[in-house]
Amino acid sequence: MQRQSDFDKRREHLSKLTDDELKERFWELAREIVEPLYDLAYTHTSPSIERSVLLRMGFSSLEAQAIVSSAEKRKLLGKGVGSLVLQYANLRNTDYISAGKELADNKGWDELQQTLGGND
Amino acid sequence: MQANNTPNQKDPGLNPNEKLDVREILRDLGNYRPRRSGWTWRKAEPGQKLGPFQYKQTSAPLSRCVPLPAAKYFGGVDPQPDCVITTEIASGRFEDDLRRMRMAAWHGADHIMVIRTTGQSHIDGLLEGTPEGVGGIPVTRKQVRASRKALDLIEDEVGRPINFHSYISGVAGPEIAVMFAEEGVNGAHQDPQYNILYRNINMLRSFVDAAVAKKIMASCDMLQIDGAHNANATAREAWKVMPELLVQHAINCVFSEMVGMKKDNIALSSVPPTAPPAPALSYDLPYAVCLRWLFSDYKIRAQQNTRYIESDSREATVTHVLNLLVSRLTSADVQSTITPDEGRNVPWHYNNVAAVETAKQALVGMDGLKDMLEFRKDGPLFKQVREIAERAVLFLEEIKEKGYFNAVHEGFFVDSGLYPERNGDGISRDPNGGIAAGSIVKRDKDYMAPVCEHFGYNNLPKGISKPCDLVSGCTFCNRDKIVYIDELDPEDNVEVRLRKADQDLPENMIKPEVQWKGDGYITLTVFLPEREEIAEYASLEIAKKLGLLEPEVIHKRIIHPSEGTLIELKGIVPFAIDKSALEIPEKPMLLSEDEIRRYISENPMKVVCGTVGEDEHSVGMREIIDIKHGGIEGFGIKAVYLGTSVPVGKMVDAAIEEDADAILISTIISHADVHRKNMERLAQICEEKGVRNKFILVAGGTQVTNDLALEAGLDAGFGRGTKGIHVASFLVEKKRELGSNTHSEGATSNEN
Repeated sequence: MQRQSDFDKRREHLSKLTDDELKERFWELAREIVEPLYDLAYTHTSPSIERSVLLRMGFSSLEAQAIVSSAEKRKLLGKGVGSLVLQYANLRNTDYISAGKELADNKGWDELQQTLGGND
Repeated sequence: MQANNTPNQKDPGLNPNEKLDVREILRDLGNYRPRRSGWTWRKAEPGQKLGPFQYKQTSAPLSRCVPLPAAKYFGGVDPQPDCVITTEIASGRFEDDLRRMRMAAWHGADHIMVIRTTGQSHIDGLLEGTPEGVGGIPVTRKQVRASRKALDLIEDEVGRPINFHSYISGVAGPEIAVMFAEEGVNGAHQDPQYNILYRNINMLRSFVDAAVAKKIMASCDMLQIDGAHNANATAREAWKVMPELLVQHAINCVFSEMVGMKKDNIALSSVPPTAPPAPALSYDLPYAVCLRWLFSDYKIRAQQNTRYIESDSREATVTHVLNLLVSRLTSADVQSTITPDEGRNVPWHYNNVAAVETAKQALVGMDGLKDMLEFRKDGPLFKQVREIAERAVLFLEEIKEKGYFNAVHEGFFVDSGLYPERNGDGISRDPNGGIAAGSIVKRDKDYMAPVCEHFGYNNLPKGISKPCDLVSGCTFCNRDKIVYIDELDPEDNVEVRLRKADQDLPENMIKPEVQWKGDGYITLTVFLPEREEIAEYASLEIAKKLGLLEPEVIHKRIIHPSEGTLIELKGIVPFAIDKSALEIPEKPMLLSEDEIRRYISENPMKVVCGTVGEDEHSVGMREIIDIKHGGIEGFGIKAVYLGTSVPVGKMVDAAIEEDADAILISTIISHADVHRKNMERLAQICEEKGVRNKFILVAGGTQVTNDLALEAGLDAGFGRGTKGIHVASFLVEKKRELGSNTHSEGATSNEN
């Protein structure tokens, strides 16, 4: 996009603002711009976010990588991969770390997926 | 100035007189636990008295430090400015960086920022182990843990907390944030706009990841620094992006706060946008004032200008001092430093120290400046402040209208036009493109994450108030759950590198070093009375003939198109020096003050002193003589001072007339070797007059050494840093020796 400076014309509506009002306007606009970005972040997840959950649950980075990669292929990230691990542990009636290690070894995914509801 | 390096008997940590033992740092790293999390500010002590001065903007002194060179004139004080001082470390080998961190800490750095290896921001996951990096280190848990462990020891050694910092950006931001929180990292860069504009990472992914990363950072009080300064470094005309910089800061600030970060933990990375020969302050100062006005609730991290730095380290230093002036005229919570060699190479370790010293020296020198000055309300400054702010508001208005993602797509950012002018050369990114495009996923209704400090929608089971109860504690609540991976690559790791470095350079051997142990680099500064091209190639020939390997010109400066060129070049020294074979003259043992006084009271001594030749320097000699400077008069030695520019012959005549025991000459000017000639002349005249054995002959001066004085036929020479006690001690010992010699000579002659 190319445009000559039209600062003098463009600023007309700002000229009557006091410094404090200008500052207020600055922050108000910034908040309005950021709100949709915040909403996007609040309602979405990503492979890195899901790996960060697994790390916090006590998995190694290598295990987290393997589990999330399988979940991503099966389009299951939206469930929360930490939640998937817990559900699989329930299914197998085992502790969640052992369950996660199985999933990291690419075992049990079909079984797990059968028990899950739809992606609503 | 001597370093303050007294070992502390009670201190089980580092011994200031021994090198950092990297193997000791690496030992049992799996069980190391960081001692704290969160950021630490310096404790300001307004009105603090140090030595002869009272300071307005300093903080608690260090317990061990290397003060500025001139500190010796001010009682050795090393005032530490009130703001945190950063040094950026980036050699690619963390084991060598640890030593650099220690050196920088002794000079006043308390914020160690570790630069990541090239390309790490595009790696979708954590790296592990200790592989070697390029232009930085691969940031891994092991390297972070080892660095934090070393910094624990270093902060104990210098007596001030040190903040450790790296980057939570790229496509693995959330994971890195978790690892940093677990490992006690105190600060980090985090700004999704950096990912988007400078790393071409998908913009949706960048904001989604950033929220999770920021929430984790907030949970442990990490200081966040944004990435806006990169626009300065990238834009063709950096001063024209000022309105946009305010916009970038604001977007990251608001986003961080909405996620839960405290304003106190949000720092703006701000750079004075221009540099001389531009009239720098007339741009930099209004911008700095505008920024601090609009962002009055946030912290300021004052970065130094890199945009206009090339290979001239003098020029870089002057620009940085002007940047420091802006910091002092406005404010800085964190003062960052850029090494003066940044435009030449990956920074060398002693240049980290140089940059930290530049900041410390300038900030302390400008202590209290603002108390004496105020900005003119009727001058151009506030008009410009208002104009920059208006342009930023207009910029925001247009982004709001289009939406942020569309604005980025249209290339709104880093355009070379001063907004609202647009030149169409901004950085444009596609919302559906870039690294990791299409990788975000909407959280389902039943999305759940059973861990603490997790941002975003989380459908926890009913009755669960603490998410990690579902997993009997997450790593933030129970450190024992953290999985530590030592190494993954059997070849590319620190143990292999340490073994090789030990083989290449055994313990008793030394080589010059600028970044890695044994790298062998030295620099040569060469002036050649030739034009640029000839000088460049001639200097390379000189380096080759001197035996330097891989010589490379790192700086050229035309002094005159035909009269000459200054060249700096680097090269590798092809040999090592055996430390154990060095012949180092022993430092003379000093007599105690009491012993000197006792001897003089029993054997009164008189000396004739003066500065000889055509030389008006009097300070050095006065310091050696005067009682108030701890001079020889304080020990009871009678000094007959003849003044300055005294002919050498007159010194000898006066000594004969006064029946003196010694002649002390000061000879400062060394042009055309005149200092050496003066010394030779003194010995020669004494010989001619037959009084050489009657007088102890001593010379002093900045270019005088003991060896030089002995060669010239004198009894001793004293150089820089000499105190009265050194001279008094020598005079007493020499007098005793002469006395016993006379005795033994007498005995010998009796036998004959």
